[in-house]
Amino acid sequence: MSAVTVTTGPRADTRIPLRAHVRHTGALVRRNLLWIRQDPESMFDAVLFPIVFTLLFVYVFGGSIGQSLGGGQQAYVQYIVPGLMAMMGMNMAQGVGTGFNQDFNTGVMDRFRSLPIGRGSVLFAKISVEMLRMLIATAILMVVGVLVGFDITDWPGLFAAVGLSAVFGSALMWIFITLGVVMKNAQSVQAMGFLVLMPLQFGSSIFAPTQSMPGWLEAFTRYNPLSSLADAARGLMVGGPVAHDLWMTLAWSVGITAVMAPVAIHKFRTKS
Amino acid sequence: MTRIDKGAGSAVTVRGLVKHYGGTKALDGVDLDVREGTVMGVLGPNGAGKTTLVRILSTLLTPTAGHATVAGYDVVRQPRQLRRVIGLTGQYASVDEKLPGWENLYLIGRLLDLSRKEARSRADELLERFSLTDAARRPAATYSGGMRRRLDLAASMIGRPAVLYLDEPTTGLDPRTRNEVWDEVKRLVGDGVTVLLTTQYMEEAEQLASELTVVDRGKVIASGGIEELKSRVGGRTLRIRPADPLRLRPLADALDALGITGLATTTVDTERASVLVPVLSDEQLTAVVGAVTGMDLTLSSLTTELPSLDEVFLSLTGHRASAPQDAVPAGTPEEVAA
Repeated sequence: MSAVTVTTGPRADTRIPLRAHVRHTGALVRRNLLWIRQDPESMFDAVLFPIVFTLLFVYVFGGSIGQSLGGGQQAYVQYIVPGLMAMMGMNMAQGVGTGFNQDFNTGVMDRFRSLPIGRGSVLFAKISVEMLRMLIATAILMVVGVLVGFDITDWPGLFAAVGLSAVFGSALMWIFITLGVVMKNAQSVQAMGFLVLMPLQFGSSIFAPTQSMPGWLEAFTRYNPLSSLADAARGLMVGGPVAHDLWMTLAWSVGITAVMAPVAIHKFRTKS
Repeated sequence: MTRIDKGAGSAVTVRGLVKHYGGTKALDGVDLDVREGTVMGVLGPNGAGKTTLVRILSTLLTPTAGHATVAGYDVVRQPRQLRRVIGLTGQYASVDEKLPGWENLYLIGRLLDLSRKEARSRADELLERFSLTDAARRPAATYSGGMRRRLDLAASMIGRPAVLYLDEPTTGLDPRTRNEVWDEVKRLVGDGVTVLLTTQYMEEAEQLASELTVVDRGKVIASGGIEELKSRVGGRTLRIRPADPLRLRPLADALDALGITGLATTTVDTERASVLVPVLSDEQLTAVVGAVTGMDLTLSSLTTELPSLDEVFLSLTGHRASAPQDAVPAGTPEEVAA
C-alpha cells in the first residue's frame, strides 16, 4: 500500500517544482490534442471560418465596399483579410472559455482539482492547444486570402499582426474563462460570446470603413477596441499608420487583463 | 495545528466542520473519524451534506469553519500533499469521456508524477484488474454504466491512495451493475484501502461499511458500528399480520392509542399487509402481544425482526431516508448547489 503514513509530512504545504508544471502541462496538452484526434469535426470551425468568411465578404460585399475604398473588389481584399486576422484571437479566446465550461460540466475539472497539480497547468494546456488551432486557422486564412488576391507585402508585419491578434485574444480570454466558469453550459457561453462580440465586431472597422456610418455609430467605432485592433493589423499587413492603433490595442489588452484576470481566477478558485 | 494526533489508526479526522452557502448550512458542525483500513459509510438522504463533506475532504471546497485532516494532512493548509494520498470516485469527479480508457489512466498517472514508463504500465495493470483491457482503446463515452464506474475506480486507484472516497458510487445504476461495483469495492477493501463511502442506500452501507455515520441536514445524528446502531435504536420490530387486511389501519391506530411502545409510532406496511411495532424491551413486547390478543382479531402471523437500516433512519430522523430499496435507484443528483 501507500508509503505515506500518518506520522510523515512537513508542516507547510509542498511547492510544485517548475519541471513538474511543465510535465503536467505537457500531459494535458496531449489530452487536448487527443480530443481533436477522437473528434476531428471539432476542427471544422477553425478550418471553415476563414474560408467561409473570406469568400462571403469578398464576393458578397467586396465589390460595393471596394468602390468606396476607391478600388473595387481587389481593394476590399486588402481591407478584409487583416480584419479577419483580428478576429482570429477572439475565436481562440472563445475556444478556451467553452473548453473550460465543458470540463467543469463533465466533472473532469473536479478530477483535475483533486490531483496534486497546479491549476495553471490546465489553463496553459488549453491555451496552447487553442493557440495551435488559431495558427492553423490563420494559415488557412492567408492561403484563401492569397487565392482571392491578397497581396502579402510585408512578412514581418504579417507575423506582428498574428501576434497582436493573439495578444488581444489572450486578454479577451479572461472574459471567456469567467463566462465559462459561471455559465451553465457551453451553448450559453457561445451564445453569450456571440451576443457580446457580434455588435462589437460589426460596430467596428473590421468589415467595412466607418466613415459612412451615422455619427453616433462612428463615434462608437472610434472607441471600440476591435477597430483599433483591425486598423493596427491593417497597418502592419498592408501599410499605413500603425503606432496609435497599436498602442490603443495594447492598452486595451492590458486594461482588460488587469480587470478580468483577477475576476476569472477568483471565479475559478472559488467555483464549488 | 497542522496535524491532529489521534494516535495510530485515524485516516480521516473531522472536527466541527461547517460549510455555509449563503444562508443555507450544508454542513453544520460535523465530527467524524475513519480508522485506517476500515470502510466508513456516511448515510443520509439527498441534501444531507454528504457530497459537501467529500468535496471538502478532497480540497475542492474550503470549509467555513472547523477542520479536517486526511492521512495527517490538513485540508486547508496542506492541500497538495493531501491530494497525493486520496482517490476520488463520485457523481461529480469524472474521467474524460472523450478519451479512451487507457488514455484517461495514463493522463492521471502523468499528473501524479509517474514516469512515462510507470504511467503506461500502471494503466495496463489497472485496466487488466478492472476487466477493461478489451475496451482500453475505446472512448469512455462508449462504455456501459458499469464499465464507466470501473474506469472511475481504476482512475482513483492510480496513485495507490491511502484513503479512497466513494461518493454515491452506485447512484443511477441498475441492480446487477450495482452488485458488480460492490464486488470491486469489496476487493479494494480486502487490499486494505481505507474507504469513505457516501450513500443513500441502506443496503449499500450494510454491504460495504463496517461503521456508519448517519447525517441529516448537515448534522451527524448517529454514528457507530452498524450492529451497534441497530441495537441503539431499540432492538426489534414486531410484525403483526392480521388475517383481514382491512383491519390494518384500525389495529395500528389502536396500538398507537395504547402508547405502550414509547417510540414514535407504529407503521403500516401495506405491501406485506402488516403492522410494524417497534419494541424496546421484552416487557413492551409482552404488553403489545397482550393488547393484540385482547382485540378480537384473527392473526395470520406474528414475528419479531431486527430493524433494517431504513427503520434505523426513520426512528433517528423522523422521516424516511429513501425510496423502497428494491426500486432502481433514481439518478437524482444530490445537492446541486454544492
